[in-house]
Formats: sequence, C-alpha cells, structure tokens
Amino acid sequence: MSSPNAWREAGTLTVPVMFGYLPLGAAFGILAIEVGIPVWAALLMSLAIYAGAGQFLAVALLAAGAGLVEVAVATLMLNSRHLFYGLSLLKRFQGAGWRKPYLIFSLTDETYSLLTTLPPERARDHALAFRIGLLNQAWWVLGSLAGALIGSTLAFDSRGIEFALTALFIVLTLEQARRLRQALPFVIALATGLGALLLLPDRHLLLGAIGAASLVLLAHYRRKHPSRTQESRP
Amino acid sequence: MSHASLLLFIAVCALATFATRVIPFVALARQAEHPLILHLGRYLPPTVMMILVIYALRDFRPLAEGQLNASATGWPMILASLAVVLLHLWRRNPLLSIIGGTAAYMAMVQLGWSP
Repeated sequence: MSSPNAWREAGTLTVPVMFGYLPLGAAFGILAIEVGIPVWAALLMSLAIYAGAGQFLAVALLAAGAGLVEVAVATLMLNSRHLFYGLSLLKRFQGAGWRKPYLIFSLTDETYSLLTTLPPERARDHALAFRIGLLNQAWWVLGSLAGALIGSTLAFDSRGIEFALTALFIVLTLEQARRLRQALPFVIALATGLGALLLLPDRHLLLGAIGAASLVLLAHYRRKHPSRTQESRP
Repeated sequence: MSHASLLLFIAVCALATFATRVIPFVALARQAEHPLILHLGRYLPPTVMMILVIYALRDFRPLAEGQLNASATGWPMILASLAVVLLHLWRRNPLLSIIGGTAAYMAMVQLGWSP
C-alpha cells in the first residue's frame, strides 16, 4: 500500500525526535524499574499512555501511592497544554478517516512540532502525518523497553537518573519563558508553588499549587475582560 | 501492588492523557477563538511548567528549620539545575541540557559529593 520511499521520508523527518525519545524513553524505563514497576507495565505505559512528562509523573505518583482521582486530575493538569495543540489542528485533521483517532492519540509535543512545521503542500497529507506519529511512538517504546531491560538485568548504577525529569521541566520552562517574554505566569507559579510548599502536605502540593494558579489566572482574565452584562449596562 | 490495580492505574493515566488530546476535537471546535480559551492557552502551560520545577526541587528545604539543613541531595539538585539552565542558555539544545545536568547530578549523588 505505502512504498518504502514514503516510510523513508517519514523516518528522515523523525530522526531528531529519535535522538530525544530513545534516551528519554530509556530513562523512563530505568526509573520505572527502579520504583518497582514490572517490565510489562512500563512497556504498556509507553504503548497506552504515551506522554513523556506524563509518564514520569505517573511513576512518581505510583511510587508515592497517590489515589486514582489525584492521578487523573494531576495528569489532566500536566497535559492541559495538549488542549491547545488540538485547537490549532482541528481543520488539518479533517478528512483523516480511520487515521484520525491515532493522529489525536499520538499528539505529543514533538509530533505536534513536526506536523506543524511541515511545508504547506504536505500539511494535509494524513498518511505522512500517520507515519510520523507511528515512528515517533516506536522510538519512545523502544527506548522504554531498552531502559526497562537494562534497569532490571544489569547492575547499572542508576542512582540520580530521576533528575532527568527535573531537567526536562527546567528546559521546558526556559523555552516557555523565551516564547512568552512575560513575567506574569512565573510570578504566579512562584507564589502558588512556594505557598503550597509551606502550607500543604507533600501529596497535595502539586494539585494545590496548580489549582490555585488556575484560579488566579481566571481572576486575571475577569479583570481584563469585564462581563458583557456590565458593559451593556446603560 | 496487584496486577489489577496497576492496570487500573495505567488505564486512568491513559484515559486522562487521551482526554486532553481529544477534547478540543469533540467539544471546542467552535470555541477556538473564545478569549478565555486563548487566555488560558497562553498562560497556563508556562505556569504549570514553573510549578513542576518547584515541585521537582521540593526536597531542597534550606529554611525548613530556620537554618541551612538541606537534604542529602539538596545541594547536588540545585547545582545540577544551575548546570541545566546555563547549558540551555548557552547552546539551547534540550537533549544536551537534560543529559548534561542529569550526568552532573548522578555523579554528585553517586560519589557522595556535596558542598
């Protein structure tokens, strides 16, 4: 159905992602084994969840014994940025047919970046988008499997590898700051984050801080956009 | 942890992750330009990222007892974080920043070195 050339084109496009996903996936696999998650479950997580930071968070929550509601809310909050990826791809994924569910499922930061930087004449090529998504997930799954196997069989001293998660978040924060060039979200995050650190027990820290920050952003929005009823008052 | 509860845990993570990806396609198709959506889309991701950094560094609590009593991994954590920031400002290569910082942290923790 699809020629080897078509796969080669997608493969070339995903090379930068491969260099990121293989080691990061391996870090996930090693970390998962470290906290006592079996190999099959680590592999299943990369197949069924397929989210970089989300899977690291899942491991941390699993290790901390967090409840299912907390896990669901924390995952929703962490991945809330994906909501806004979808908004900009609504038109582009129209008419993708049977490929559409997988295109949506496999929408990671990196796949989104690749798809949105395709030349305009390839933008509606759903078969190409599907191959890119599938190959990216293949790199991630392969990396996770390698990490899980190394972590469980070799006497590899991996103490401290969990810092890869902290480093990932620092890099993403720097990239966000570079793009936005506004202090507001970082001031809000510092205030709510440090406040939660002082006031809340460890297991409610993340939820409390993100919840409080969302409320502050909502209040900020309402100050900037007074409701229409007020505006239309005579 | 039993297999059943582990499977349940993974299912919840998978559904919550898929939900964030699919919701705009089923629900927000006509609301894409709503100012509140644009407002949150602009400010929520950087806010969440910064909170995650604070969360990841929470074990470094120098002022918890009113004195410098960071945990065993506290200072390596802060130094490795600085390495990530400097590497990223210098080369802006995410992979280099992450691997460099993590290698520095692993070396400090495994060699038991702390200022």
